[in-house]
Amino acid sequence: MAQGFVSEWSLLRQLRGPDKLGRGSAAMSTRSRHLEPRTATADKVVSSVCPFCAVGCAQKVYVKDGQVTQIEGDPASPISRGRLCPKGSASLQLVTSPTRVTTIRYRRPHGTEWEDLDLDTAMDMIADRVVKTRRETWEWQDEEGRRTRRTLGIASLGGATLDNEENYLMKKLYTAMGAIQIENQARI
Amino acid sequence: MAEAHPVGFQWVMEAKRRGAKIIHVDPRFTRTSAVADLHVPIRAGSDIAFLGALVNYVLSNDLDFREYVTEYTNAASIIGEEFRDTEDLDGLFSGFDPEKGVYDGESWQYEGAPQSPAAGQRDPAQATGPQLGDRGSDEHGHGAARAEAAGSGGPSVSNTAERDRTLQHPRCVFQILKRHFARYTPEMVQQACGISPEQFLEVAEALTSNSGRERTSAICYAVGWTHHSVGSQIIRTASILQLLLGNIGRPGGGIMALRGHASIQGSTDIPTLFNILPGYLPMPHASEHLDLDSYVAGDAGSQGFWGNMRAYAVSLLKSYWGDAATAENDFCFDYLPRLTGDHSTYHTVKGQIEGRCKGYFLVGENPAVGSSNGKMQRLGLASLDWLVVRDLQMIESATFWKDGPEIETGELVTEDIGTEIFFMPAATHIEKAGSFTQTQRMLQWRDKAVDPPGDARSDLDFYYDLGNRIRKRLAGSSDEMDRPLLDMTWDYPLTEDGEPDGHAVLREINGTGPDGRALSGYTELKDDGSTACGCWIYCGVYADEVNQARRRKPHWEQDYVASEWGWVWPANRRILYNRASAAPDGTPWSERKKYVWWDADQQKWVGSDVPDFIVDRPPDFEPEDGARGPDAISGVDPFIMQTDGKGWLFAPAGVADGPMPAHYEPPESPVHNPLYGQQNNPARQHVEQAANPINPSYSEVFPYVFTSYRLTEHHTAGGMSRTLPYLSELQPGFFCEVSPRLARERGLEHMGWATIVTGRSAIEARVLVTDRMRSLRLGDRFVEQVGLPYHWGGNGLTTGDSPNDLVNLTLDPNVYIQDKVGTCDIRPGRRPRGERLTSYVEDYRRRADDAASADAVDAADAPTSGRADR
Repeated sequence: MAQGFVSEWSLLRQLRGPDKLGRGSAAMSTRSRHLEPRTATADKVVSSVCPFCAVGCAQKVYVKDGQVTQIEGDPASPISRGRLCPKGSASLQLVTSPTRVTTIRYRRPHGTEWEDLDLDTAMDMIADRVVKTRRETWEWQDEEGRRTRRTLGIASLGGATLDNEENYLMKKLYTAMGAIQIENQARI
Repeated sequence: MAEAHPVGFQWVMEAKRRGAKIIHVDPRFTRTSAVADLHVPIRAGSDIAFLGALVNYVLSNDLDFREYVTEYTNAASIIGEEFRDTEDLDGLFSGFDPEKGVYDGESWQYEGAPQSPAAGQRDPAQATGPQLGDRGSDEHGHGAARAEAAGSGGPSVSNTAERDRTLQHPRCVFQILKRHFARYTPEMVQQACGISPEQFLEVAEALTSNSGRERTSAICYAVGWTHHSVGSQIIRTASILQLLLGNIGRPGGGIMALRGHASIQGSTDIPTLFNILPGYLPMPHASEHLDLDSYVAGDAGSQGFWGNMRAYAVSLLKSYWGDAATAENDFCFDYLPRLTGDHSTYHTVKGQIEGRCKGYFLVGENPAVGSSNGKMQRLGLASLDWLVVRDLQMIESATFWKDGPEIETGELVTEDIGTEIFFMPAATHIEKAGSFTQTQRMLQWRDKAVDPPGDARSDLDFYYDLGNRIRKRLAGSSDEMDRPLLDMTWDYPLTEDGEPDGHAVLREINGTGPDGRALSGYTELKDDGSTACGCWIYCGVYADEVNQARRRKPHWEQDYVASEWGWVWPANRRILYNRASAAPDGTPWSERKKYVWWDADQQKWVGSDVPDFIVDRPPDFEPEDGARGPDAISGVDPFIMQTDGKGWLFAPAGVADGPMPAHYEPPESPVHNPLYGQQNNPARQHVEQAANPINPSYSEVFPYVFTSYRLTEHHTAGGMSRTLPYLSELQPGFFCEVSPRLARERGLEHMGWATIVTGRSAIEARVLVTDRMRSLRLGDRFVEQVGLPYHWGGNGLTTGDSPNDLVNLTLDPNVYIQDKVGTCDIRPGRRPRGERLTSYVEDYRRRADDAASADAVDAADAPTSGRADR
């Protein structure tokens, strides 16, 4: 026991070994020598991009047992060279946040509390409301008699945090729906 | 830049290490200032005065890059005789209609430009400029963001304008510019911006000595420049400066817009914006665009690449409506809904309050905190029939009905709010596969790492499902209004996880040819319906049936251009207009700044990047008379998206508030405009609404300037940062920054509380007394500025009042973005609670209005009012 303690004493390694300043191998214990970073034990590493600002820093997402265990900068990127800022470095908390809302919440008109709703019911209710509002506010022509083929009853805000493919489907669906008040952060 | 885009800033530091001089112009001293060679504190909202003086410095000292300016810009073009400058009209340009508050730009055109009814029709909803002619019938405020619609090039003009290459003609652009900017002197900069002549000259000398054949300078702005009622014109001034110095289209040059969201560039290119369709095609306008022919008439046949607009439009219609779109039915052009004016977000909110707009989707956006005039946003939300919120966290825009500021004051009562709300949890960036387009137009694909938890889904999944359910409900409908939904191509393959396959959507965006294969570039697009393409500028991102946005070749295996990482629109070009990196004869301007050049042996343009030019068109090529489209581009015209091929020092069309920038004060200002009798941008648009009152300028009741900005540790409205422990710990509370002088003047204590009040609302913040905010001396007076980081709201781990509640809605007439600068008062202590808050703000408003009325009476009595008062 005592001998183990002495051989594990970092000061001796510092004096005897090559690491005279005690900032490298001398400072390592048996335990720390055998520690493995989460990134080393990941089942897979997925290429991603930081979701915050528009610089577009590349991220590597480490996954083990179906859970994200770490998100780090990707050194291969010519944009970021592996760096992330405080926000990008906090991406793991963004995706694993305990306050994330993961079930549908519903507030009925004049209601005072949230209620639960299952996904299928909620989607049906939203589709019903789109169809109804669209029909009730449909406008073939404006007050000057110009053909407009649209609704001013339905609007949308958002897109700058989404994918190109998502923005594409949104604009396509809204346009076919006749909704024109489609906007995002670029105007704000 | 170090604050808001820290990782991008590493390249500024690399440049500094190699000898570059870094100049930081900002009202506050930040982490950027700390490592810059020079910090230039400036009064918020005075940017045009500062940049205009740099333009004047270049012109009056003959420091422009003359060969570049003569050949590549419209400096030599001659403007018609009818044009009158702000010099002639004390701050107005010719063509202003004071009743409607809009310009008719007829008199701004090139001399001899034919009065083509077609000119500039790419977005005729713009109610100004020569392109509308007598069709400019839209009411005030109904332009449609023309400048943005020109995001991939300028509006149409004739390129047959007369030119005087000696630049001596009194009506050539160069001489007009000289006269226009002559009053922007260093002394005027001191008066308007609070910058000393010595410091101004240091900037001017650094910039001009670092531009020319051998050297280039870059201007970077985070999008604060856009947040002004003159925002487009601020950026125009920077463009003029960079064109005069030869800093566009060359390595190390340019104007870099550092945008704030992961795919805000993508959501502009493939827009979730009211005025454009994918690839900056305009949304059709009810007055002008009766069919496909009239829609493309303004551009079809004009010079430059917009001349092929019909091919881009038809290919988009084919990707939307597939087999249903045929030549016989005008490719379903009539299925597109039409604009009749300004349908931008702030007017939509007004429509919500007034009961016209009843259903609203919020998709990763939190307007109750992030949009200006928060009260108007929340009143709009409370007026809806239904609201769908898609987000990761319970944001303020989803909970306004139970805990918003208006619940506290009693202006809204929970039980009275009829809005039905669906909070639909969203997937994060790693729980879905897709592409972001970052701020330099680069698409980067992300693979999916894990499934989204619980009910959370991607927006791709949500909208595909919603579309399916809507179509199911309408199936069998014979109503013409339902045809666009029923005929739409809406059949995407699913991944093994049961979600729509993003690759397939990106491939549709890329486009396919007659053989069903992915196209490799937009020059392959046809106007006969044989090609489909969801966004013409993205054509090529799926070339060779490969997702080019997914390329990840490490930078150490490539040259510095790194062309094999991601994919940049258009055509994987990293620097736009890079023909300008070579001299007119096709040789590099210098060995040091070599980028793209003409190789006479190979008879083509070569270099480090994809040439932004017709690759085999020699420098001495002259188009035949009457040539159209790309055939009309001469061998020396680098700006191939412009119909005249030139960079515009003077905008003869397409800008709503003047062909050249002029300094106007923000709509709320403590000072008189030192440059002109015209105080504010005459074409600005104030959103008329009871909740949007404006403070009178020069008011002793609201004597200070406020402006808002970002912090490194938080993101926009806070939904993605105030909910995270690390970031909340790093910036744990809302604060305001004030100078020591202001703190003394108002008795504010460091770390104590302060109340900041405008005519819209009052908020409270912890006080940070700091030299980082300077007391600016403008002539014989000081102007104090209150700095407000705008990230806070009522939900999350760190909470606080929202500075956007203070901001009024006065919009730039080109792009409808608000002016974030306003006037305020600041007092020690916390703000009143409940109903007392409303009466507190009302009292301020009444006092300010009373004082302003009294001043108006005084001014009317005084024979020398106006400029003489200053």
